[in-house]
Amino acid sequence: MVANLRVCAHCGYHFPVTARERIVQLTDDGSWSEVARDLISIDPLEFVDSKPYPERLDAAERATGLHDAMLVGGATIGEMPVALAVMDFTFLGGSMGSVVGEKFWRAAELSLDRRMPLVSVSSSGGARMQEGVLALMQMAKTVAAVDELREAAVPYISVMAHPTTGGVAASFAALGDVTIAEPGALLSFSGPRVVKQTTGETPPDDFGLAESNLRHGHIDLVVPRPELRDTVARVVALLSGGQPYRRTPLLPDLGAQRAVGRVISGARKAILGRRNEHVDD
Amino acid sequence: MSTTERRFRFLRRRGADGESWHAVQLARHQDRPYTLDYLNRICDDFVELHGDRGEGDDPAIVAGIGSFRGRSVAFVGHQKGRDLKERTYRNFGMASPEGYRKAMRVFELAGRLGFPVVTLIDTPGAAPGVGAETRGQSGAIARSQLMLMSLPVPVVACVIGEGSSGGALAIGIADRVLMQQNAIYTVISPEGCAAILWKDAGEAKRAAAALRPTADACLELGVVDSVVAEPSGGAHRDHGKSAELLADAVSAELDFLGSLPAIERRRLRRQKFSRMGAFAE
Repeated sequence: MVANLRVCAHCGYHFPVTARERIVQLTDDGSWSEVARDLISIDPLEFVDSKPYPERLDAAERATGLHDAMLVGGATIGEMPVALAVMDFTFLGGSMGSVVGEKFWRAAELSLDRRMPLVSVSSSGGARMQEGVLALMQMAKTVAAVDELREAAVPYISVMAHPTTGGVAASFAALGDVTIAEPGALLSFSGPRVVKQTTGETPPDDFGLAESNLRHGHIDLVVPRPELRDTVARVVALLSGGQPYRRTPLLPDLGAQRAVGRVISGARKAILGRRNEHVDD
Repeated sequence: MSTTERRFRFLRRRGADGESWHAVQLARHQDRPYTLDYLNRICDDFVELHGDRGEGDDPAIVAGIGSFRGRSVAFVGHQKGRDLKERTYRNFGMASPEGYRKAMRVFELAGRLGFPVVTLIDTPGAAPGVGAETRGQSGAIARSQLMLMSLPVPVVACVIGEGSSGGALAIGIADRVLMQQNAIYTVISPEGCAAILWKDAGEAKRAAAALRPTADACLELGVVDSVVAEPSGGAHRDHGKSAELLADAVSAELDFLGSLPAIERRRLRRQKFSRMGAFAE
């Protein structure tokens, strides 16, 4: 399963991937260098629900080995440099608080400093309620970052993984120059349960799904995970205005392949295994 | 922490708790002035503009050009209804994508003709629903923020009642963000927060206390620039006086903002939102 990028070989179901796994899957081996690694959340509101917020943060940190729900840094994809901001749903539901907002801002700064495209991969339930109105303002902060990129004519590519909802769906994730979603990902402002509870409507089975968003014109592409790296590389190359991206020999022509479930060759398995080891260090 | 400190902190928080809920009630008071109540009082002339030029016209958002103290100003605000019929017509001030697109159309017009923009925020949140989602709620909220972020003209926002969630922030990006004394500004309605974190919407009072949505708290957190006084007892007691206080505050901000060059204003606007948040490094 790990070797197949956590996509079911039989039905094509995309299992969630952590931020670290995502970075391994998307970037060239050994190219990732993290920035803003030491940013940590504080508790500006002294927020307590059934547990104090700092306890939730501690538990999430122990469970994931992450300081917060996003990793940012520089990397190359198909030998092209990019700034990368990758969310991790396993850290408090990928919720966006002050650290996620600041990290996205730093990723955009990295992008601007080196004039390389920004690629974000979102997976989030929305704003982090425990940071109250400051969490809401992180939407504005990420929008400000996107505005900087636009003014400087630096391309921004937004990849949306399951789920991308609420405050993240309604801020930076929606603002990519090119927006790409994974198959079956829920992309909506309100989730189906909220819609049912507040309006009494029964949402259709495909409510908010990537495919439905594509049909309604809200996103550019739905791309299965095995094709994602190549697709991002092609888009990065095209938006940068240079030579088209040429697939590396390691990656066969995935564009022609429609079935998601595919047995990856032994050689590639070994490479992915090695990448995993590298990132886990 | 000593016992005395704990006790003091508990008492202080308990005092603030009651204050939060009181503000929630005042912010939602049915006689509180709404956007059109203010526009009718503070504008010498106002022409409401309708429709998003694609899908329809959303009565939950009022947009138009008004003559305000000798200058043309583009006004956009959420609009609630007072009786059941009007409340339903206005969808309780919960805007749909058409509403945000109408807002954007008027922002663009203001930017082109050089009129300042004033937004009035008063919503329990963006409209949830199958229709709102299929018509692109997240993207509309994100793009409305982006457009305000990049406008060349001065923008002043004021929270005049309920400022809840992305539905509020969609028109809340401004050079100066004001908040009326008894308004609330929050990442999610207290009921929504209670339903998620306490699994019981009945715990709204506790959620309100935890979220700290009051004007004082928002000022302290750096989310708003200044608090606009209300008549004694609340804005609902005296619409005329409340409108005068609001108009004075907005007018002073517009005078100040008009003195800055457009490029500088846009830079400062982004910088302002980029500095919001609380984290450690």
